[in-house]
Amino acid sequence: MGETNMTSAVKFSGVSRHFGAVRAVDDVDLDIRQGEFFAMLGPSGSGKTTCLRLIAGFEQPTAGTIEIFGDPTGSVPPYKRAVNTVFQDYALFPHLNVLDNVAYGLMIAGKGKAERHKEAEAALELVALPGYGTRKPSELSGGQRQRVALARALVNKPKVLLLDEPLGALDLKLREQMQEELKDLQRKLGITFVFVTHDQSEALSMADRVAVFNDGAIVQIGSPQDIYYRPQVRFVADFVGSSNVLPPSVVQPLTGRAAFASLRPEAIHIAQSGHPGRVSSVSFLGSATRVTVDLADVRVTVLCPKTQEIPKAGETIHLTWASDDMHLMEDAHG
Amino acid sequence: MADGVLVRISDTLWRHPRLLVTLLLAPPVLWLGVIYLGSLFALLAQSFFSIDEFSGLINYEFTLKTYGELFKAHNLDIIVRTVTMAAAVTVGAAIIGFPVAYYAARYARGKWKALFYLGVMLPLWSSYLVKVYSWKLILAKEGILNWLFETLHLSWLLNAYLAIPVIGGNSLSVSSTGTFLVFLYVWLPFMILPIQASLERVPHSMLEASGDLGATPAQAFRTVLLPLALPGVIAGSIFTFSLTLGDYIIPQIVGSSRRFIGQAVYQYQGTAGNIPLAAAFAVVPILIMGLYLWWAKRKGAFDAL
Repeated sequence: MGETNMTSAVKFSGVSRHFGAVRAVDDVDLDIRQGEFFAMLGPSGSGKTTCLRLIAGFEQPTAGTIEIFGDPTGSVPPYKRAVNTVFQDYALFPHLNVLDNVAYGLMIAGKGKAERHKEAEAALELVALPGYGTRKPSELSGGQRQRVALARALVNKPKVLLLDEPLGALDLKLREQMQEELKDLQRKLGITFVFVTHDQSEALSMADRVAVFNDGAIVQIGSPQDIYYRPQVRFVADFVGSSNVLPPSVVQPLTGRAAFASLRPEAIHIAQSGHPGRVSSVSFLGSATRVTVDLADVRVTVLCPKTQEIPKAGETIHLTWASDDMHLMEDAHG
Repeated sequence: MADGVLVRISDTLWRHPRLLVTLLLAPPVLWLGVIYLGSLFALLAQSFFSIDEFSGLINYEFTLKTYGELFKAHNLDIIVRTVTMAAAVTVGAAIIGFPVAYYAARYARGKWKALFYLGVMLPLWSSYLVKVYSWKLILAKEGILNWLFETLHLSWLLNAYLAIPVIGGNSLSVSSTGTFLVFLYVWLPFMILPIQASLERVPHSMLEASGDLGATPAQAFRTVLLPLALPGVIAGSIFTFSLTLGDYIIPQIVGSSRRFIGQAVYQYQGTAGNIPLAAAFAVVPILIMGLYLWWAKRKGAFDAL
């Protein structure tokens, strides 16, 4: 694809944002490619939202530089940046109707009324809300407001679209539908999307690449498959999905290396012999059953397919797994 | 036994919530309806009577003659002067009050917020007359303001200003400017507090969103912040405007001898004994406020409520 020669859509070099003694973002390097659907994933307070606000210009870095399409942002104020944001609370203007909300950026840019209303109507069509222009934001449902916020940002044809937990307030079904639509929209428009979320399944299902944040730093960047199957640190194994983390005392006899390893619950099998352990709890999940087992040094979760016989709590069972399924992690001494 | 009666009353009230609401609302509704509105209508009725110019007795026959009196040049002057002053005080209070309210709503937290409330409310704790007389001393020819201008060798500037007709005078304390300053000071809290309350309800993300969509801070103020804060500004302006329209003490202590509506009402119902004309004058602020609210509503000032 020749992408290597392209300028990054967003480039962080040694970026920090400290609030007094709090290091919200600490020495972050980041390269977001053009046309990429990029997710920033992490628990609350991990610095992902601050990174987004740094790109938008609502925050200034205390150290380091940020480039947007090769242009250093320096002290460029938000209103001069070619990025637009979909806010977590949508931040629709309550005194304007939907059409004027969407046309706001065009109005500020000085476009005539007829022209901006036409473009706003087209943007509303893009987010599947044609004909909603005359309503007030207060008359819309949460999902509809979300679409209006999206249209209001997209109508300005930003180089980068920033989305701050945009699906957080929606119920599960609507969220899954919007995930599909966002992904389609991004493919259709080819705009770089930077998406902040604390929901790992959302990040994995939508993004081309995911950056996992913890304590103001990026602990791993990679494709969803990388993040899911090949976590490099314990935090990622633990936070993304629900991998078991095996301590060196279990890993060393099997591999000869004193390292932590991640092991996915579905890779563990109940067998006649192997690692003995006591079943501590059993929960039925529908398509499978989750069994928690206390081994000698560690508690692990096992996902049993429904075809299998399910042990009862308190029973002693044996577990096996293929050593290939164990993924050794870097921070062996951590 | 007494216990049994109380319990039975509680039970009855619990079973009949409407009865409870009626009992709670009866005293204030009676107060408003009979004493307040009743006296207001009695006043209105008076304005449709007239006074016999020779005997000075009230002629209890329906007439619009008294309202006609209002349109005589010297009375019309009083109305125009009062409305102009009220408008100037309102605009002045909004311009000074908005930044203070914005700071309090957006930045002040904890201790600073308490300090803000204290600072805004403190002037309301001392007597109105004390404040007005203090201002008379500040603005007097021998007062501190004059002294300050002299010390800075700027007396010529003050004198040039005082030489301007209408707004000037012999000294600030006997000029319309003096009246304006005292009105502004006394009513300012009534402008700041409603604006602050309305700004508290504007999420900060609104301003970020407008900046994100390309609006400079000035554009964001004009297209987002001001429209959203407008109900507060209107509420504040209702206070400052109507309080200025009705006041008769401040212009009497600080200002020129030219009269305001409140003074006219005071004199006509008192020394002159012309109750009908006093009543007709009193109707003017009510009409003006009604028109003002109608206009504000039509302009969409309450759309963000």
